[in-house]
Amino acid sequence: MSTTNHGEYFIPEPSKWPLVGTFALTTTVIGAVTSIHGGSINWILPVGLLLIAYLFYGWFGAVIDESQANNYNDQVDRSFRIGMLWFIFSEVMFFAAFFGALFYARTIAVPWLGGASNNAMTNELLWPGFQAVWPLLTNPDNTKFVAPEQAMGALGLPAINTALLLSSSVTITLAHHALRAGHRKPLIWWLVATVALGVAFIFFQVEEYMIAYQEMGLTLSSGIYGSTFFMLTGFHGFHVTMGATMITIILVRAIKGHFTPEKHFAFEAVAWYWHFVDVVWLGLYIFVYWL
Amino acid sequence: MSAVIEEHHDDHHDHKPTGIGRWLFSTNHKDIGTMYLWFSFTMLFIGGALALVIRAELFQPGLQFVEPEFFNQMTTLHGLIMVFGVIMPAFVGLANWMVPMMIGAPDMALPRMNHWSFWLLPGAFGLLIESLIMSMMGMGSAPNFGWTFYAPLSTTYGPDSTDFFIFSVHMMGISSIMGAINIIATIMNMRAPGMTYMKMPIFVWTWFITAYLLIAVMPVLATAVTMMLTDRNFGTSFFDAAGGGDPVLFQHVFWFFGHPEVYIMILPAFGIISQVVPTFARKKIFGYSSMVYATSSIAFLSFIVWAHHMFTTGMPVATELFFMYATMLIAVPTGVKVFNWVSTMWKGSMTFETPMLFAIGFIFMFSIGGFTGLMLSIVPADFQYHDTYFVVAHFHYVLVTGALYAIYSAVYFWLPKWTGNMYDEKLGKVHFWVSTISVNVLFFPMHFVGLAGMPRRIPDYNMQFAEFNQMATIGAFVFGFSQLILLWNVVKTIRGRSTVKATDQVWEGAEGLEWTIPSPAPFHSFTTPPTVK
Repeated sequence: MSTTNHGEYFIPEPSKWPLVGTFALTTTVIGAVTSIHGGSINWILPVGLLLIAYLFYGWFGAVIDESQANNYNDQVDRSFRIGMLWFIFSEVMFFAAFFGALFYARTIAVPWLGGASNNAMTNELLWPGFQAVWPLLTNPDNTKFVAPEQAMGALGLPAINTALLLSSSVTITLAHHALRAGHRKPLIWWLVATVALGVAFIFFQVEEYMIAYQEMGLTLSSGIYGSTFFMLTGFHGFHVTMGATMITIILVRAIKGHFTPEKHFAFEAVAWYWHFVDVVWLGLYIFVYWL
Repeated sequence: MSAVIEEHHDDHHDHKPTGIGRWLFSTNHKDIGTMYLWFSFTMLFIGGALALVIRAELFQPGLQFVEPEFFNQMTTLHGLIMVFGVIMPAFVGLANWMVPMMIGAPDMALPRMNHWSFWLLPGAFGLLIESLIMSMMGMGSAPNFGWTFYAPLSTTYGPDSTDFFIFSVHMMGISSIMGAINIIATIMNMRAPGMTYMKMPIFVWTWFITAYLLIAVMPVLATAVTMMLTDRNFGTSFFDAAGGGDPVLFQHVFWFFGHPEVYIMILPAFGIISQVVPTFARKKIFGYSSMVYATSSIAFLSFIVWAHHMFTTGMPVATELFFMYATMLIAVPTGVKVFNWVSTMWKGSMTFETPMLFAIGFIFMFSIGGFTGLMLSIVPADFQYHDTYFVVAHFHYVLVTGALYAIYSAVYFWLPKWTGNMYDEKLGKVHFWVSTISVNVLFFPMHFVGLAGMPRRIPDYNMQFAEFNQMATIGAFVFGFSQLILLWNVVKTIRGRSTVKATDQVWEGAEGLEWTIPSPAPFHSFTTPPTVK
């Protein structure tokens, strides 16, 4: 941008972290595949995951040190912002594709198997008598994929979770306002509240999964309804866990006094991410649980 | 720890890290770009060797050298390596080298992430090639379902190595997304004062748009392989109709990624040609802004044409028509580009150094590939062409004589800037002519056998196709081995013993910031920003 202050450029010194990252990911992947093939978790997978934890700790630690040493000018700050925004966009596309799979199954794949459009013969030849209804409580082939006894409703736990996650978006915004006003105590307590709400969400999500598996017969392998349900909510839950971890880290950093009212990119990045996770949940609540 | 480069230090000595650490721990866009390019070049020879196995087997009807099962692994890995291991890394390497220099920046915006993007690739391809080595040693099978890895070939019937393949694709995806984010951040944030968006070189523009395509579709590829993983191992039924899923869903998800992907592999090529042609025609590019808008239109259209890869899967007629017309629309912005290149040459004072030869070769042969693409977009015609060698001919014209030729053009064009030495022009011309003749002997006959009905991905064929296949195989071996000329020329130029030193501007007609700095380019190109008028 022509308005950019180009007084000085920041370029990091050579770093070992990219190489550590590749080593960590490759180890994890080999561990994951050999564990899947072996039928039980072997030692390679945890080693890989530990290496990934070491990677994040080290790499982000280095960035935090540089930031605290005031090495970062406005230009670096802008690069980070652009990076985070487009990273979130890539995550949006990741979820969009799973939503796409859900919509495709609901509006095309399942109705066609039931004979919709010009597929009367498909239904007649493949699985005669198969009825296309959503949620799918009778699969085309119920011996290969055992259908769930009932579907997950929108009331109860999912509704509580919606309330929790929406409130957590409010609390993190309140924390941000406190930070910008330079009020440390409210900042810390609103962040604590946000983490607590996130953890409560994860707790209820686990509860819901247990009910699904134990009482409703709704599992990953109970046909396309179970597949889309667990894939979407599972990846979302994973992102909430990541987000809660990130908020815990900025909480620690807030307690250490790393942030100033003017300069707190890490806080904002985490807040953006948290709002993104929240919006995804709204989509989930509407299209997976409710409609 | 880190360093802040102060103002006015650009006259200082060019200190760079030494030894192996320079490459293992690099945060320098040029070194990382070099690693990308060498990685891509290495993969080109590996992928090329697999192609020669395919062509050797197809020299005659009947089975000669390899079993059908192994043949399938060859076609699969050849495709995957060439797409993800050669063309994409080569373009990222070129972007790494050139984008900061072209916009007047000291480096990429996020140098450490840049390096991680690179190092993920050897990891990912290590996993993939390991499965091939295991297969050759008789232990299991490498991926054998074609580079498009359609379900249920890759889910129900995929070999064990498929799971390694899945994670390998995940790693390539992470690499591409981080690389793309970096390029966007660099272009948005690191431009020199006065370098407005509409003053950026076209190569920068095309990469800018390509980066958006990458961020938008690589996550979709990740979901495709993730659903494969869970279908294979955790009992989901995304691609299994018995549970209410649909194998065709895989094709939709894959091609929603796959079609923008083919533009990811050609837009930077357009950018290169738009740099090279004006230089050797000694004229400004004709229709700069129409080039930018055409590139953007192609990128937009690339998202709404994916199902033209799936005309024979039994979609409703209205859907087929929509995708047919949308696909045909792409010919308009592409035509704008070809028109602009030709108009740039019109009444220019042209010379035909090797980069220009490859660029002109690109314009001719990419257009052939474009026209066959138009033929394939016609639904009733595609019912005949689908899965024949006509498709193979089409995409090799756009990828080999298109994307790869543009990369060659770029390498010859910028090699003097990178190394400070001129390459051997005579050797370059020999490389061009031998390649161009042999590549047409290789791919042109495929149109004929395809139209006559020869299916792709089959190790054996009807007697009637024998002669054209023999021609193609001869062309393939000549083309394959003639790439060693390029290797020799590059090595010779880097060593620089018997070559002419390059000037700063290198080419008489060259314009742009990258030609204002010394050859070879200093370790940090611009430590204080140049001003662009």
